[in-house]
Amino acid sequence: MLERLGHEVEFPFAQTCCGQMHFNTGYQREAIPLVRRFVEVFEPYEVVVSPSASCVGMVRELYPMAAGLAGDEGLRERVEALAPRVFELSEFLVRRLGVEDVGAYYPHRVTYHPTCHSLRMLKVGDAPLRLLRNVRGIDLVELPEAEECCGFGGTFAVKNADTSAAMLSDKCHNILSTGAEICTMVDNSCLMHIGGGLRRGRAGVETVHLAQILASTEERG
Amino acid sequence: MTLKARRPDAFSPGRTPPFEETAKESLADAQLRRNLGKATQTIRRKRAAAVGEMPDWEALREAGRALKTRVMRHLDEYLLRLEESVTRAGGTVHWTRDAGEANEIVAGIVKGHGAREVVKVKSIATDEIKLNEHLEREGIKVHETDLAELIIQLAGEESSHILVPAIHKNRAEIRELFLRKLGVEGLSDDPADLTEAARLYLRERFLSAKVGISGANFAVAETGTVCVVESEGNGRMCTTLPEVLVTLMGIEKVIPSWRDFEVFMQLLPRSSTAERMNPYTSFWTGVSEGDGPQEFHLVLLDNGRTNVLEDERGRQALNCIRCSACLNVCPVYERTGGHAYNSVYPGPIGAILTPQLVGIGRDPGPDSLPWASSLCGACYEVCPVKINIPEVLIHLRGKVTRHKQDRGGLSAKLNPENAAMRAMARVFSDPRLYELAQKAARVGQWPLARGGSIRHLPGRLAGWTEVRDLKPVPRQTFREWWRESRGEG
Ligand code: SF4
Repeated sequence: MLERLGHEVEFPFAQTCCGQMHFNTGYQREAIPLVRRFVEVFEPYEVVVSPSASCVGMVRELYPMAAGLAGDEGLRERVEALAPRVFELSEFLVRRLGVEDVGAYYPHRVTYHPTCHSLRMLKVGDAPLRLLRNVRGIDLVELPEAEECCGFGGTFAVKNADTSAAMLSDKCHNILSTGAEICTMVDNSCLMHIGGGLRRGRAGVETVHLAQILASTEERG
Repeated sequence: MTLKARRPDAFSPGRTPPFEETAKESLADAQLRRNLGKATQTIRRKRAAAVGEMPDWEALREAGRALKTRVMRHLDEYLLRLEESVTRAGGTVHWTRDAGEANEIVAGIVKGHGAREVVKVKSIATDEIKLNEHLEREGIKVHETDLAELIIQLAGEESSHILVPAIHKNRAEIRELFLRKLGVEGLSDDPADLTEAARLYLRERFLSAKVGISGANFAVAETGTVCVVESEGNGRMCTTLPEVLVTLMGIEKVIPSWRDFEVFMQLLPRSSTAERMNPYTSFWTGVSEGDGPQEFHLVLLDNGRTNVLEDERGRQALNCIRCSACLNVCPVYERTGGHAYNSVYPGPIGAILTPQLVGIGRDPGPDSLPWASSLCGACYEVCPVKINIPEVLIHLRGKVTRHKQDRGGLSAKLNPENAAMRAMARVFSDPRLYELAQKAARVGQWPLARGGSIRHLPGRLAGWTEVRDLKPVPRQTFREWWRESRGEG
């Protein structure tokens, strides 16, 4: 999709994980090498785009805290220089490039769940919805109580499995009430969580990442 | 109806269970979930509307944040100024380091006047130090006068919300309680009827009690004025009718000057009850001859607060003005209720305040609270003084984990989560190992993956597959697809 829009895309194979899971679970010293690795790998690029809002949130909001914990002034400076160039996909398209129509085609009934970190940490606002509204053939339906957390929360889903399950069941209920075939969002982790809940309930609703919808064309579904 | 026995919380002696254990019980209570879901959703909508009316809301929040931050930075100076102002106005100030000292001072004042009973304004600080229990042990009868607090007291339970302590109870449950405890007959479950029964009961208490006890929402360093914000007017009865008034306040409640009310009185009512203005705001400055209590004591309580001040990131928790907006929007609180937090401070603010006041590494209950959140950020968004609760939660998770790792000895090293996290950190540090792990997972998962889904995970990860399937690692990962289609890497 990005190449379709005329951008040169590279995928540095040296990348691994941004360290969010470690950092947010409390294993913050263990996350510091991952922070360093991320900065080293991505520093040379003009713009870094990620399909996961919470990973972008980690880099932009929490890397400074990690650098502080490491007591490394140099790392902090590099983080501060890199962080503003790291974007979640929808905000990159709408905010940075000013593109709302990526020429996608997706003939399905779709509902959109604004994930917490895209909404409240990155403040992507309606960028994903603007992109979706311009997709050909789509039947976009509104999700009730959309801004409520789905209950994923990283290791929260395992540590506080019961509370997470209660939140997930309300989210699935709301998704089913829309009659959508597809629920989309901009965070892989929430996608896995909600998708897992829907599949377990044999709900017949699929979860699909926004990027997959935007990448679909009449030629390539 | 079965009454839950009073159980120890984070501020009473002994250990408390971790959040996830108590939350399990609450989640199984369908009535509780319905009561809470309904109540929090209503107040949430109302708050959003009340706040939406204010064009300068964000500027007000920023002003509130800045004021509170300044107070914390110069707390020592403001407290001394407050003491001076209160003393000048005819009041007496007592400094107390912990619950024990505060309880003794209050009990001493009550007994010094030969009083056998006291009336109380709703105050969480007094709950924190377990003042009621202490006074009862000293043979002094305590009457809570806030309607919801009265309900809780009669039921022998603990508060589950900082503003609406009985939020977990519906009116049928309250009617049943009043019939049994207040000895009234022919009571319906109409709220007006229930309130009237409580009013008649409380009137007599107001008129007979010699000593009133209150907390404080704010205390002004410049003038010595103490302020209590409430809805029912019962608080005002307690602060005006008795001969003696004792106010217990956490040291963080001081504000610099009278003018600061301009900010806080706009922020607080809209955030807490979704009202433009709350019905009763009482101010008093020392004693006034011939009007109201003729003796006034201000008890300043530390109880861990100066320790919190030492942590520059964590101390924003002290900025809280107890509006309870963060509880009402919290998806975790909405489902577990307040009791799951095992603290007089429940919800998101409780999750960052309780472990800091108690101290890290002392009790499994408070130590578990920073994880009682999905980090969705709804609390930060509504907080009228912009406390970055998710940031403090993450910060405290780090502190608790490091404490365990550094002081926990061998058992901490062998802890399966610790071992797994460290192993994963090593794998994530090396892209080659990372790819190998993906491949290994694909091989290792075959006994688990059935029909394109993993339905049961072993060990500690079983919590995941109790209610969700897991998609297995795909036949082709993104890396493999990229390499194949671009011939790179
Ligand atoms: S933390 Fe903020 S939102 Fe929560 S009770 Fe305190 S002031 Fe209100």
